[in-house]
Amino acid sequence: MKTFFSLGLIRGIVSQLIVTAIGMGITVAVRVAMGLPAWKAEPAAVVGALLGAIGFMFGVGALTDWLKWMKGEETPMRHGPPKDKPAWTRYFTVDYNHKIIGVQYTVTGIALIGIAGSLAMIFRLELSAPGLQFLTADTYNTFMSAHGIVMIGGILLGVAGAMNYLVPLMIGASDMAFPRLNAFGFWVTVPAALLIVSGMVFGGWDTGWTGYPPLSARAPLGIQLFFLGVYFIGLSSILGALNLLVTVARMRAPGMTLFRMPIFVWASVATSLIALTATQLIALSFLMVLVQRLLGMGFFDPNLTPEAVAMGAPPGNPLLFQHLFWFYSHPAVYVFILPGLGIISELLPVFARKPLFGYKWIAMSSLTIALVGFLVWAHHMFTAGMEEYLRLPFSYTTLLVAVPTGVKFFSWVATLWKGRISLETPMLFVLGAISVFLIGGLTGPPNGTVTTDLQLHDTYWIVGHFHATMFGGFVFPFFAAIYYWYPKVTGRMFSETLGKLHFWLMTPSFWVMSLVQQQIGLMGMRRRIADYDPALGIQAQQVAITIAGYIIFASVLVMIYNLVYSYRHGKIAVANPWNSRSPEFQIPSPIPEHSYEQPFLVTGEPYDYGLEGSVYISIKPDIANAPVAAK
Amino acid sequence: MKNHLLNVVVLVGIVTAATLALLKNIPLAPVQASAEGAVTDWLFGLHINVIAFLFALIMVFMLYSVFVFRREPGSLETGEYFHGNTPLEIVWTIAPLITVLYFGYLGAVTLKDITSPGQNELVVNVTGSQWAWKFEYPDSGLTSNTLVLPVGRTVKLEMTSLDVIHSFWVPEFRVKQDLLPGVTKTLRVTPTLPGEYKLRCAEICGRDHAYMVAPVQVLSASAYEAWVNSQVSEAQAAESAPPAERGKTLAQVQGCLACHSADGSPGNGPTWAGLYGEEITLADGTTVTADDAYLKTAIVDPGAQIAEGFPNIMPPTYGDVLSEEQIADIIAYIKSLNE
Repeated sequence: MKTFFSLGLIRGIVSQLIVTAIGMGITVAVRVAMGLPAWKAEPAAVVGALLGAIGFMFGVGALTDWLKWMKGEETPMRHGPPKDKPAWTRYFTVDYNHKIIGVQYTVTGIALIGIAGSLAMIFRLELSAPGLQFLTADTYNTFMSAHGIVMIGGILLGVAGAMNYLVPLMIGASDMAFPRLNAFGFWVTVPAALLIVSGMVFGGWDTGWTGYPPLSARAPLGIQLFFLGVYFIGLSSILGALNLLVTVARMRAPGMTLFRMPIFVWASVATSLIALTATQLIALSFLMVLVQRLLGMGFFDPNLTPEAVAMGAPPGNPLLFQHLFWFYSHPAVYVFILPGLGIISELLPVFARKPLFGYKWIAMSSLTIALVGFLVWAHHMFTAGMEEYLRLPFSYTTLLVAVPTGVKFFSWVATLWKGRISLETPMLFVLGAISVFLIGGLTGPPNGTVTTDLQLHDTYWIVGHFHATMFGGFVFPFFAAIYYWYPKVTGRMFSETLGKLHFWLMTPSFWVMSLVQQQIGLMGMRRRIADYDPALGIQAQQVAITIAGYIIFASVLVMIYNLVYSYRHGKIAVANPWNSRSPEFQIPSPIPEHSYEQPFLVTGEPYDYGLEGSVYISIKPDIANAPVAAK
Repeated sequence: MKNHLLNVVVLVGIVTAATLALLKNIPLAPVQASAEGAVTDWLFGLHINVIAFLFALIMVFMLYSVFVFRREPGSLETGEYFHGNTPLEIVWTIAPLITVLYFGYLGAVTLKDITSPGQNELVVNVTGSQWAWKFEYPDSGLTSNTLVLPVGRTVKLEMTSLDVIHSFWVPEFRVKQDLLPGVTKTLRVTPTLPGEYKLRCAEICGRDHAYMVAPVQVLSASAYEAWVNSQVSEAQAAESAPPAERGKTLAQVQGCLACHSADGSPGNGPTWAGLYGEEITLADGTTVTADDAYLKTAIVDPGAQIAEGFPNIMPPTYGDVLSEEQIADIIAYIKSLNE
């Protein structure tokens, strides 16, 4: 019990609850002092939630060292598990080791994906027949909206988990550049997730994850908690990206030139460039709606109050929100998929026993996608009513994304070509990822030409398209990565049989789900509707989507069982179960507290599988006698 | 090497043909009912051809490699050692670049096709609100809840919203345009096939978004004339009708009944059945009698006195949309529901 209450997580939550109550109390006091009625739910909730999240960060201890610095106290770096507590408690407490933080991010990410997936299971059941069965229109809208944003949060955490764990290991850094900032970045996502989930309970909201005003300006109270939650997750994303870019720029091992970095590091850099520079825009757009509701600042409100008209204020513009929102939220999909595509490129050579085809082209294609991705946002607005002359330039930039994406696909199949391929579970998921991302990629260009998009926009075709890009670009590669690096994290092997079962349940089901979603979209099924017209004749397809969705959900439960069971009962893992050349596989499993005993030296190319006598790194180099270029 | 490549090339051809055959034989669109739709379907068909080819190309190369270049797990065999091929990389950068630029060009040309004004356009004003559609025909002064259109004549839809963003979409017409509050947006459709369709709101607009649907009828030119004439004479007859009758018609076409039921059943707003003269508890706890003055305020300034338990979602624009007489007619209709 004492251990339980000493956990940072528990202290954080208790502190969040207390400070939320204090924040609400302050709001009441201010209102009374202003002569207003004491209680109004929305200001109290917003002030309480905002202060409560900060309270969590104090309670969990993510600010402790910085506060000590202010007082001029020393804060020596802590290493290893806590001395007086069980080792597992580190995962529930502020810890500065990037490997711990990576696991914290990953597990929290999976938990959020699980919550979001469960919501989908509820409304998919509802959608398996026309009419409203057991949900109301309001609960459907809340679940659908929360499914979207909780998934996005889960994906961002999963991405951060993979990058945090892997990048320092791959470049031979002892840790991330700013370990305390790293811990802060993880822990701030916890109150954020609590806010979003509590938003579902306190009123819910009915706008989808996109939160377009004027609808979001008049949505129930839950939307304010959703806005604040996204705000804090965005903060985490920005800080994590900053940390990663500095780490890669400054902390590479001797000899690790940019074009000798593992390809996943390139993908992480591209992703971080987007996250560092674009996330502010979604935070801004949500913040503006938040204060429009709270303080009456009519940024996006076309209907002015008589007082505002009398003052000569110009009306607000709902389209402005969409521009700000999509300026982040389109590049955001590249934040989700670029690391996944990096994992595909990383694993293919290992299981094909062959160099990665066109390493530099793949690295550059990631950067190109990231940069072009900044110029395509308005393709979400072809029907929105923006200036008509803007549609064509955005159509061209959107179609251009197909070029670097094509380079990746062609390079992947060329990597497989004439390889010696084995099909362990991670490789199966990589191949599944390519096939699923192919569906997502190929269904993109019809949305890029305006003419066809006028039919496709806001239909289930789009739902099918982006679920395929998210599964192919994130979910499948993320699962591949989990299986691939599981032995390095836990020191145990997972069950191949269960891994393969997971794959063979999930992949065909996903194909069915996505393709059928696209077909009913073409037939007239709209997005985000709680009920559909039986006259569309899509009843059988709806049932098929629901069944496929449930099989996918069940297959993920198989994975979770596999990971949990194998943690205790799996076979002891060797250091390098896949015969990988990557640095992290040259040290014991599980990876020791200080990953490398001394900095390694990069002496060769990362993916020279099949080149006699070549090595990528020498793990115990004689640095003093190394070639000058490598120092 | 030659052998493997040849095998793959043949397989890519076969799989492309098979994929295309499959895609052409499953329904990928509802019936096409507009001239714009013909253009859209043509371009979409072209996309499908490219999709089928690229799908076959990547899948065949991948699956062929997986089946033919196989290794037992744990075996230390290695694949053929090659790093890349710059000419090949350039080819598969340039070829897709040309393809997408060509598609961009086709997209531009077809967009011009489907947005250019037609001759002798019929103008229809479309108004969306939570969760109802209203169509006004400036030519004839008609107002309707059904979008009735003549075949073969380009219709210029002038669209606006009273509250949140909605989106005009008739799947059979293949075009879509959002309706924004405060501004008017234009969409052109040229119906080509007489029949009955449905207008479906495509942008999430709150609780009853799924049910924001309106009937659409495309009629032959003569049938459309007949419809206009009958509606005009009905409207004339209605003008001499008692106020409560006129109010009933107004309540239907203005979409009031989408939220306020006339039979006591629950809705997004208070039911009108038995409302007149009742004591109403407001959201701030005070009470008010539902007399003429209150009902008028509730119509022109709905946010002023919100009834307890109902959301403040009614558009505040009816003061501009309705004349004094029309408001009086609607109140007369509400009154008549007490009897």
